Amino acid sequence: MESTIYRFILRYSKREQVVLLAMTLISFPFLYYSLDLPKRIVNDALGAKGKTEFPVTFLGTEFHQLEYLWTLSGLFLALVFINGGFKYWINVYRGRLGELMLRRLRYELYARILRFPIPHFRRVSQGEIIPIVTQEVEPLGGFIGDSISLPAFQGGTLITILFFMFVQDPILGLAAIALSPVQAYVVPKMQRRVNALGKQRVKAVRVMSDRIGESISGVQEIHAHNLARLMLARFSAQLGVIYDIRFEIYRRKFIIKFLNNFIAQLTPFFFYAIGGYLAIKGELTLGALVAVLAAYKDLSAPWKELLSYYQRKEDARIKYEQVIDQFDLPDMMAEETQLAEPEMPQPLDGELRASNLGLVDDDGDVQFEGVSLTASPGTHLALFGPGGGGNEPLAMTIARLNHPTSGRVTVGQADLHTLPEAITGRRMAYVGPATYVFSSTIRENLLLGAMHRPTGPARDDPEVKAALENAALAANSTDDPEGPWIDAQVIGDGPDLVARLIDDLSLVELDADCYGLGLRGTIDPDGRPEIAERILSARQSFAERLADDPHLVDLVEPFSADRYNTNATVAENLLFGTPVGAAFQPEVIAAHPYVRRTLESVDLIGDLLQMGRDVASTMVELFADLPSDHEFFGQFSFISPDDLPEFQALLTRVERVGLDGVSEEDRARLLSLPFKLIPARHRLGMLDDDMQARILEARAAFARDLPEDLHASVAFFSVDAYNAAASLQDNILFGKIAYGQADSVARVGAVIGSVLDDLDLRATVIEVGLDFEVGISGAKLSAVQRQKIGIARALLRRPDIFVLNDAAATFDASAQRRLVSATLRAMEGRTVIWSTQRPDIARLFPTIAVMRGGRLVETGAPADLDREGRVFHEIAAQS
Amino acid sequence: MSLNEEVELLRKIPLFAKIEPSKLKLLAFTSERLTYQGGQRLFQQGDVGDAAYIIIDGVASVRIRTDGGEIQVAELGKGDVVGEIAILCDVPRTASVEATSKLITLRITKELFFRLISEFPQISIEIMRELAARLERTNVQLREALSR
Repeated sequence: MESTIYRFILRYSKREQVVLLAMTLISFPFLYYSLDLPKRIVNDALGAKGKTEFPVTFLGTEFHQLEYLWTLSGLFLALVFINGGFKYWINVYRGRLGELMLRRLRYELYARILRFPIPHFRRVSQGEIIPIVTQEVEPLGGFIGDSISLPAFQGGTLITILFFMFVQDPILGLAAIALSPVQAYVVPKMQRRVNALGKQRVKAVRVMSDRIGESISGVQEIHAHNLARLMLARFSAQLGVIYDIRFEIYRRKFIIKFLNNFIAQLTPFFFYAIGGYLAIKGELTLGALVAVLAAYKDLSAPWKELLSYYQRKEDARIKYEQVIDQFDLPDMMAEETQLAEPEMPQPLDGELRASNLGLVDDDGDVQFEGVSLTASPGTHLALFGPGGGGNEPLAMTIARLNHPTSGRVTVGQADLHTLPEAITGRRMAYVGPATYVFSSTIRENLLLGAMHRPTGPARDDPEVKAALENAALAANSTDDPEGPWIDAQVIGDGPDLVARLIDDLSLVELDADCYGLGLRGTIDPDGRPEIAERILSARQSFAERLADDPHLVDLVEPFSADRYNTNATVAENLLFGTPVGAAFQPEVIAAHPYVRRTLESVDLIGDLLQMGRDVASTMVELFADLPSDHEFFGQFSFISPDDLPEFQALLTRVERVGLDGVSEEDRARLLSLPFKLIPARHRLGMLDDDMQARILEARAAFARDLPEDLHASVAFFSVDAYNAAASLQDNILFGKIAYGQADSVARVGAVIGSVLDDLDLRATVIEVGLDFEVGISGAKLSAVQRQKIGIARALLRRPDIFVLNDAAATFDASAQRRLVSATLRAMEGRTVIWSTQRPDIARLFPTIAVMRGGRLVETGAPADLDREGRVFHEIAAQS
Repeated sequence: MSLNEEVELLRKIPLFAKIEPSKLKLLAFTSERLTYQGGQRLFQQGDVGDAAYIIIDGVASVRIRTDGGEIQVAELGKGDVVGEIAILCDVPRTASVEATSKLITLRITKELFFRLISEFPQISIEIMRELAARLERTNVQLREALSR
């Protein structure tokens, strides 16, 4: 990277800076003339000098006095427009240049993060790096735009004005700049100290963001060990450091400002004194004095700009140096290694050979040394060793994640560590002990294994084209991230690809999980009409299956437009659909004005209020004596323990004045209770047949009169339509699992499973499960599931060489063994190197390489090594 | 059957006879009412016990595994309580219970059961009485077996 910010500016924006400079220079004559014009107006047009004789000849035309005044004033107005226009054009051009440069700089920094040597991430934290790219470089962009043109423009303006003053009167000109040398000497001196403080501030803020990042990552420890107080104290101390620095900067900055202001105010004193004296003596025209005073007013603006430019320049210089410090690392990966495309796809099917390989880490500790081993294509090798045996760093080195400090790894003729990632990252794969899962769907996380480069042209969309052209201006990536990326040659496409994904999932035993996620998932029936249709046929089969079997018929109470569903809440029965968005969610439905109107129209409010009162009094009766933290509240009560006393008071009020007498607020509270009632579950006996019939009436009215703007807030149940707002499972059930049937959830699940199998729909459900959003860093999945995704991701492209590093350590023992066997079966004929500490895992491999104390001590078949006197046997016996 | 009817039924069971109705109502409300089809099992011999069951309607058979296969040792009907031993002394289920025909039960979780016992000494006494009666019955059976 360029070592100073000026080099950066010259290298990437020379042409633009020249254009800016040229435009700036062109603007100066206009500026000068706009300064000169007032003098002409005062002296000539108004005749302040008293010697103008009209008509005068101006620009080849004769003018009388008034006409002359209008013309000159009009000219002045025109100049105002022209000067403003120049300023506008230059500012816009400058702003655009600044933004482009900022974009380029950020992109360059991010690209560099991707090329940092991996061990470097053990030394720097996210908290240090992220703010550099996000915040610290931001002012740099603005500065780059201003870097040349602003001093040229403001300096030029200043000089123009000074020149004008000197032309009017050299003494006045001298007066205007009399104090400048003082400023020029004192201000930079003070500025230097501010700059040093600025450097400290940047570092202190980085430490602060690091603290915050660490607290977020370690939040579980903080809660578990009651560390909040310590953390707060530490954070407070850091804030104190920043406060001190910032305050000091503030103080010094204002001293500088004070000085500048003071000098600026002092200069007019000279004007009035000297200029006035000269005017009285008649050596200076009044017009000239007016013009000089006006010019001096204009002088202070560019002068201020120049001073602040100077401060910003220093700021930018420091920031840039500090950024370079962090991002210009000596042993960074070359850009070509990361991004170059090989001319031909090059398989890694030669013999893998490590010769005299060694790794010494930053602290000088030997991780392993003198390791030589060979693996012919198709070898399945276990790298076995106890903790600290060196097998882990060795596996990472073979996978190219560590750079060896001695020896080398070759595949065929090629040195693995010099090959471009386009070869190693496509023909090799690595899975470590904790795979990272990106915040996306399971599908995309799997496909990431084959999204190395765009496999087709960018989207054909003028907006996209324009965006990519803009990116090119800032030397950014011109690949369309939403374009085609999946390498069909490697992993197939269309239905084949889906089949392959599902195969892979079953290989790592993630298919059952995905099936469950799929059943709970939703689809867009317009986007996937074929799935919706097949789910509807599953709904029908499911209903028939249940209806035909007397043992199953009671398991699910199906939805029916003209029957009350006793296993659903009153709210669900009223809505007879799935709420979409906030309007009709169960917590708030009772308060919705349209719901209220509907209930009033069928005269239900009174009855529901009575029910609300009955529910409240039952709850108070049942739960009043329980301690408020009792688990029953969460499980069973309609009223939270905090609200219970209020309801008690409310009931007393109702007793006193009757249901009609209580306030609207009380009524709303009571009304919300019966909506949660499920007759089959709560068995309170409050919803008799008559009441149910009337709620059905309300249901019909609700759907019939639903205003246009609320149509999108509910997806109604309809026996022959797919409900986009409900999950696949709910669409198949089309009803409620009945309460009180023993083992009902499992039995319903089994029936659904067999229906889906009969209709050959299981794969489809799994595919829907693939679109499950895994949350931030896969937080919605378990560690084991994330790990399985990592392995499936690697297996998807069937790499020539697959390195695994304790990749299944989080699994239970038998799952780990099953996974190893499945992986080895899938990788038949391809090389697998699996680092493990578990002897039972190592025994599954035809060959075991045993590491101890950083050295390769023996290699052989399990049967040979599992004998008295062999190291493997000894280590295995200890574990 | 509504909650109130369940409460009525509970009151007729000696174990709960002396508990005030509001507590019985809480017991009924917080307990799941479960329906079993004939042949379904409430629990299996050897399982860990997590709940006791009160039979509200229907008939269930208590079965024990022997060398000669499973045999029925008792039959339960409306109002009987079953499964309380396993949750009282943390032993695996000593027998299996199977619904003979359609069977409706109230399932009382271990947690709730202990809460009831600690709050209402009457229940403990009733349970002791019941256990003593069972022990006596077993002793009688043992004597008969020995004298044969």
